[in-house]
Amino acid sequence: MTDTSTQSGPMLAADGTPLKKSLARALRLQKMRALALIAPLLIFVLVSFVIPIGSMLFRSVENGSVAETLPLTVAELQNWDATSGELPDEALYAAFTTDMVAAIEAKKHTRLGSRLNYEHTGMSSLFRKSGRQIKKLDPAADAPFKDKIIDIDKKWGDVETWQVIKTHSVKYTNGYFLNAIDMQRTVEGAKAQPEDKQILIKLFQRTLFMSMVITVSCILLGYPVAWLLANLPARTANVLMILVLLPFWTSLLVRTSAWKVMLQQQGVINEVLVWLGIVADDARLVMINNQLGTIIAMTHILLPFMILPMYSVMQTIKPTYLRAAKSMGATNWTAFWRVYFPLSVPGIGAGSILVFILSIGYYITPEIVGGTKGVFISNRIAYHISSSLNWGLAAALGTILLAVVLVLYWAYDKIVGIDNVKLG
Amino acid sequence: MADTESNDAFVEFDRVQKSYDGEILVVKDLNLTMPRGEFLTMLGPSGSGKTTCLMMLAGFETATHGDIRLGGTSINNIPPHKRGIGMVFQNYALFPHMTIAENLSFPLEVRKMGKSDREAKIKRALDMVEMGAFGGRRPAQLSGGQQQRIALARALVFEPELVLMDEPLGALDKQLREKMQFEITNLAHNLGITTVYVTHDQTEALTMSDRVAVFDDGRIQQLDPPDTLYEEPQNSFVAQFIGENNTLEGVVKEINNGLALVELDDGELIDCKPVHESVKPGARTRVSIRPERVEYNKDRIQEGAHTLKAVVKEFIYMGDIFRTRLSVAGNDEFIIKTRNAPDVERLTPGQQIEVGWLPEDCRALDA
Ligand SMILES: Nc1ncnc2c1ncn2[C@@H]1O[C@H](COP(=O)(O)OP(=O)(O)OP(=O)(O)O)[C@@H](O)[C@H]1O
Ligand SMILES: [Mg+2]
Repeated sequence: MTDTSTQSGPMLAADGTPLKKSLARALRLQKMRALALIAPLLIFVLVSFVIPIGSMLFRSVENGSVAETLPLTVAELQNWDATSGELPDEALYAAFTTDMVAAIEAKKHTRLGSRLNYEHTGMSSLFRKSGRQIKKLDPAADAPFKDKIIDIDKKWGDVETWQVIKTHSVKYTNGYFLNAIDMQRTVEGAKAQPEDKQILIKLFQRTLFMSMVITVSCILLGYPVAWLLANLPARTANVLMILVLLPFWTSLLVRTSAWKVMLQQQGVINEVLVWLGIVADDARLVMINNQLGTIIAMTHILLPFMILPMYSVMQTIKPTYLRAAKSMGATNWTAFWRVYFPLSVPGIGAGSILVFILSIGYYITPEIVGGTKGVFISNRIAYHISSSLNWGLAAALGTILLAVVLVLYWAYDKIVGIDNVKLG
Repeated sequence: MADTESNDAFVEFDRVQKSYDGEILVVKDLNLTMPRGEFLTMLGPSGSGKTTCLMMLAGFETATHGDIRLGGTSINNIPPHKRGIGMVFQNYALFPHMTIAENLSFPLEVRKMGKSDREAKIKRALDMVEMGAFGGRRPAQLSGGQQQRIALARALVFEPELVLMDEPLGALDKQLREKMQFEITNLAHNLGITTVYVTHDQTEALTMSDRVAVFDDGRIQQLDPPDTLYEEPQNSFVAQFIGENNTLEGVVKEINNGLALVELDDGELIDCKPVHESVKPGARTRVSIRPERVEYNKDRIQEGAHTLKAVVKEFIYMGDIFRTRLSVAGNDEFIIKTRNAPDVERLTPGQQIEVGWLPEDCRALDA
């Protein structure tokens, strides 16, 4: 009809531009609009999630402070055989004096002291105390330095001190990761920590074990509730659903504190048991500030995360399956176990992943009700971040935790298949 | 009770009632006796209580009143899994997490049957429905028709004496449905199984069954073999529900020699066969005539037939038959069907003709 349909070149839009181009323009506009809509979230996620995680991963290996603060010493240490058992020579002490005077000037020596103190106790005070004396030396005039420095503190005459400085002088270190698994970096390579300092592996194991217990108790408690929710008439089910969701409407802290009130030795449960005469007054049950307390409180707090996915899967299981099973001669139990249960497994899987991953990194509840025996690895991470200020170790622990979760997720995918997980 | 069982009473519903909410009776006074080996279909409009009856027989619903007997024994208090009744569900209810072979194995396993016996039976059942090669697949990997066959095989594999099927072909397309109808009836007859089949498709009911129970309003309206049901409907509902039907309304004038004289609403007088008990002098009645029993070719109208004037409204060529819509005695929806034969006249709208039928093809039913 019009000339656009008869011409042989590219198709033209009404205004004469090639069709492809105007289509691309229209689509680009749509894409820009979509991008603009998600931009706030994207930026937020980037700033609050991707960058911190990246920086955490980086911090777990980053170790610039020794080489930055003592550059000449670190260079000179390359010539020293740390395993020989002999002290370094005069040249190194001279380099050290030069570095230290500069560092003291810049007030950086104490920071280096605390960095090295993570690896070897006493380093912090060594640097702090020696700093005052070394400040008085003149790197240009006062040579030789070896004896003077050892005079200031005889620890400078220990081979071990220099070994520590040398092992931790690398720019990127595996030291934090070794520490995180109860090992340490030494001149002879990786070695186990002394017995009394080995706590982190145990903490990891405890975290995994307790998360598992919590997940299992959530399954056991949640399954019947989810079943009821899925099978009751709609109105009753709605009321029950509100009860399930009720905990979400109260602050986490309030709920955890409530458990404290319930479980402590002068608490509600003990008082009732004593009053009923089931438990003697001097043998009150210890249910808090230990693993039991953490398990009870966390099971309660994470239960909805188990029930909801199970419920949404169970809702899709048609009652005719059970009827079919029974019509073929299966008892109620067989029908449930052979037919209903396998069909509900994706819900259990989804709930378990959710609860397990949440509990593995849980912090507040174990902190409040866990005492010393019921704390998780996350509480240790928090300690290193806010009290000991060993951020490198905290970052290494966090990275390992992340890796464990990813490995578990991968294993779950291999065994059960992630397609089998239904959240709704 | 068991020794009183005659061969006529394998399945019995005895004055059964059912209410779900305590207010409305969904099934009202159901009486039904089935001999062994019969293929009985429950046919009826949606909500007439067919599924409810089936579920009571299977044990998934309890009768509010009355007795259900199987082989002479009351089964009211026997749980479903002990009734030994095979069942095919509308959406097949094949277990999605099991393979086809595992699905079939399930009823045998719960009966604690040995492995070799199980395998032999599964193979036989799969071959029976021509699905021998599919044992390793999952239900989701089969077409609708194939799933249907597996559901059938699963209901039959443990050799129940009674099989219930609730609209098993409802989800299939027409062609497949017809093929399966044939296969199901064949299987049921060859294996000598007693079958209760539920459908709301009347063709299905007529082609498959030994007897059809027409349900409406929680009651069996008529229980008869397909031909009787079609040719001798006992009331207006059945006449309307089964096949195509022409209705003329009028008042009964008198009854003599087994014929009722009915004055139609436009004044015409015709002779009819009084069928329904309500057909008495002075009562209103609905007269039912099947479209294929009406003739308009002068030579074909039999002796003793009754003739009326008619105007052609519409003539539809359907290949094997002609379907003509007429206006007869004030009814503009009067349909006649004529076989397409060389000597049959093709009518044109507006044409004035005479139609005729025998008084015995014209049944006076309830108004
Ligand atoms: N579980 C139930 N609770 C309450 N009422 C029900 C229940 N099941 C069925 N009914 C009611 O009982 C009546 C008969 O239902 P039924 O399922 O037996 O009908 P049907 O003949 O099988 O119909 P369809 O052809 O649609 O399957 C309907 O009015 C229905 O609403
Ligand atoms: Mg039904």
